[in-house]
Amino acid sequence: MSDQKLVNLTIEGRPVSVPEGTTILEAAKTAGVLIPHYCYHPGLKIAGVCRMCLVEVEKMPKLAPSCATTVGEGQVVHVYSQKALDARKGVLELLLINHPLDCPICDQAGECELQDYTFQEGRADSRYREPKRFNPAEDFGGDVLYVTNRCILCTRCVRYMGDVAGDRALCVEERGDRAHIGIAPDHDLSHPWAANVVDLCPVGALVSKDFLNKARAWELDRTASVCPNCSQGCNITLETRDANVVRMKPRTNTAVNQFYLCDEGRLNYQWINRDDRLEVPVVAGKPATWEQALAAAGAALKGGAAHVVAHGSLSNEALWLLKQAAGTGTFRVASGAEAPLPGVPDLALRADRTPNATGAELLGFRRADQPLAGAGRVVVIAGDDLGGLDTAALSGATAVIALCTVLPKGLPSGAIVLPIANFAEEEGTFTNLRGRVQRFLQARPAPGHARASWSVLSDLAAAAGKKGGYGSAEAVFAAMAATETAFGGMSYDSIGLRGQASATAGVNA
Amino acid sequence: MGYPHKSHPRETPILSKHFGDPEARTLEGWKARGGYKALAQALATDPVAIQNLVKESGLRGRGGAGFPTGLKWSFMKLGDGKPHYLCCNADESEPGTFKDREIMRWTPHALIEGCAIASHAIGAETCYIYIRGEFTEPIAVMEAALAEARAAGVIGDNAMGSGKKINIWVHRGAGAYICGEETALMNSIEGRRGNPRIKPPFPAVAGLFGMPTTINNVETLAAVPHILNNGPEWYKAMCLSSPKSNGSKLFSVCGNVARPGNYEVVMGFSFKEFLYDVCGGPLPGRKFKAIIPGGSSVPVITIEEAEQVKMDYEGFMEFGTMLGSGGVIIFDDAQSMPKQLARLARFYAHESCAQCTQCREGTAWMTKILERIVAGQGTFEDLDTIFELTESMTGKTICVLSDSCGAPVTSGITRFRGEFESLITGKRSSTVAVG
Repeated sequence: MSDQKLVNLTIEGRPVSVPEGTTILEAAKTAGVLIPHYCYHPGLKIAGVCRMCLVEVEKMPKLAPSCATTVGEGQVVHVYSQKALDARKGVLELLLINHPLDCPICDQAGECELQDYTFQEGRADSRYREPKRFNPAEDFGGDVLYVTNRCILCTRCVRYMGDVAGDRALCVEERGDRAHIGIAPDHDLSHPWAANVVDLCPVGALVSKDFLNKARAWELDRTASVCPNCSQGCNITLETRDANVVRMKPRTNTAVNQFYLCDEGRLNYQWINRDDRLEVPVVAGKPATWEQALAAAGAALKGGAAHVVAHGSLSNEALWLLKQAAGTGTFRVASGAEAPLPGVPDLALRADRTPNATGAELLGFRRADQPLAGAGRVVVIAGDDLGGLDTAALSGATAVIALCTVLPKGLPSGAIVLPIANFAEEEGTFTNLRGRVQRFLQARPAPGHARASWSVLSDLAAAAGKKGGYGSAEAVFAAMAATETAFGGMSYDSIGLRGQASATAGVNA
Repeated sequence: MGYPHKSHPRETPILSKHFGDPEARTLEGWKARGGYKALAQALATDPVAIQNLVKESGLRGRGGAGFPTGLKWSFMKLGDGKPHYLCCNADESEPGTFKDREIMRWTPHALIEGCAIASHAIGAETCYIYIRGEFTEPIAVMEAALAEARAAGVIGDNAMGSGKKINIWVHRGAGAYICGEETALMNSIEGRRGNPRIKPPFPAVAGLFGMPTTINNVETLAAVPHILNNGPEWYKAMCLSSPKSNGSKLFSVCGNVARPGNYEVVMGFSFKEFLYDVCGGPLPGRKFKAIIPGGSSVPVITIEEAEQVKMDYEGFMEFGTMLGSGGVIIFDDAQSMPKQLARLARFYAHESCAQCTQCREGTAWMTKILERIVAGQGTFEDLDTIFELTESMTGKTICVLSDSCGAPVTSGITRFRGEFESLITGKRSSTVAVG
């Protein structure tokens, strides 16, 4: 930073200093002024076509598109001068003349920049007396539906697909007011990262088929989280309605996923809401109280060394407490094809389809294809559903303790089963494949008597005669950071909502 | 000359001297008429000296903007190690303009010579002549002339034995008006959609394929050999009025006039004499009413205003319009101005590249309002809306197509408001002559 030349200018009367080459639009953000815009997006090449971000710059003969105009020393910028306001009002009027104004049935309503800026700066009435243009909606494939009539031709989707996704599937077809977004012959939006165009679209022209007509934007609660579907650790917002996750959206983090989330990640959320969950502890096939179940499990653990089967979907906190209560062990990792997003360095749908394999490894757990192999008399299964495993290995066990969200098939009848929350129902951290530790927050309540995994394991450790009794995930993390070098020096405060590179696995984190 | 009409004695035929003469199309014929002497001289001259010579001549861009040509060439940083390009804008799509077509049809070697000199002057080894696709005959003539010039070594890897490499290629457009805008033209050559680019960067810094590029109009380049042959003073002296407008200019005349065609006169010529004498005046029994003097993008003026104009860059500006491309469109008293202007607006709405909101939506809306007025369904509020809409569309977009739609319309309403009002009040119908 020190050798970067700073440019001083005034925006809406506020002095601003920004690095040379910054656009007026970005400079204005640092002054707390959001200049209305549509075609500009920080992740995309500049198009300068919507002409919404016009501002008045003293000594410039014409209004300047602030997205495409770099700052100059001593510039005086007026965002809300009458001239600039009139120009933007004109743009808004023109964007709306052929717009269907179908906000009541549009999924974008409530989070629509056309709505927002019209409310903020647009005309209250329309002078347009002609019939509106009509074009039919088109299924673009993948998860994307194109509602042509709502399109404002900002071309964010075209630029994203061509420049970031590296698949020139979209283009502007036709000219004049007949123009619309076209899809190239033999193409569709089945690219593994294509659904980002839905988020990029500032209006309701590109909508998610999965989310279509499901909920209104203002009914949703939003929680900062981390995508649990692979080891990339894309930052997400979990959007819930009546405590059900209805949508997963990327949450901007320039160090991990920039503005994006892959289709597989964003569309794989239904399992979070599944209603066949385990809601009470079970001991030997009968419902039990937590006290009974934990006492039985503690007694079993005191009986000898345990064979531990962990899972990469457990948080760092849960895995560390598991290690305290029963020792380390093995875990298996589901894998799939890797799918990179070409325009963003080191961003891909990763082969490891689990969020915390790195965390598990840093805490001493080892990968194994058959984690049940060699199981002894006391077995602890945390997080794994045993699907596809030969549970005959459990036949010799005298005690099996399972911490799970749904009852695994193949558990011996005498097993002690402890219901735990899934990642959306508790707080914790995951460590992504580059060793970046990232927090996720609780978005919905756990069903029935199920409890946060760290809480259950904290009690289990205590029941086994180890240190337990932690009051929060944060306290667990603090204790872990004090003993595990990989997490040394870190805390929930230092991690924040953007994550922090692990002390020992810090390459490219 | 006023091809296909005979040359008028008051013309100054320099570029148009050989229009209609098939022999001038051939390399031999062109050389016999003094061709390629200027190129030979230029190739032996320092590029900067040529730039200065053109600067001194006062030659300004004939495509419409009137930017000083020598100055434009001097923006090219010679010896910067990058490939430089020259683009000749032969996309001539401006309604009412057809001068470049005749230059290419009759004197293709004049253009090739101009291109080669300019290429040398800006340090370019490659020149693209971007011709609109509808110009099938000029394309064929240019291709034939280029083949001849290449075969004779006039251009190529060793142009006229000078050791300089100058390759010239024809690139055929596909019928978009917007590709005559210089940055859209470059996109089109690159194989992209013909959308204008945001400036800066300007073409002299990052143009065709991201390299320093100069774009000149056909008529501008065709004038360059004459300037080299006769000297800059000769060219600068061709001026009847403003010292800032020099040389001869081709005017394409169309519409309601006795002798439509191309006429070449010296800058500053009286527009009145041009219209009534050179072009033969109105058709029998008719009177001139309105003129669009510089291609359809410039404001329309009344015949009374036109009669006072000196035909140069400044002279037209004095009356609120522009010399533009020199495409003179004449309307007589049998025409309905609302109908004519609605037709023009429709053209711009059809040709808008659809990038900028104001242009994409504004040109179409403007057209719909005008066509409704013409159909007798207009209101007085519509006229106010047109002015406010034009304000929204002017000076706010990437290129000037949007401005070009509003300029003739609002100037037309200002000057012929009565015709619009009588359509609105139902006193007249557009099918009957108004005025």
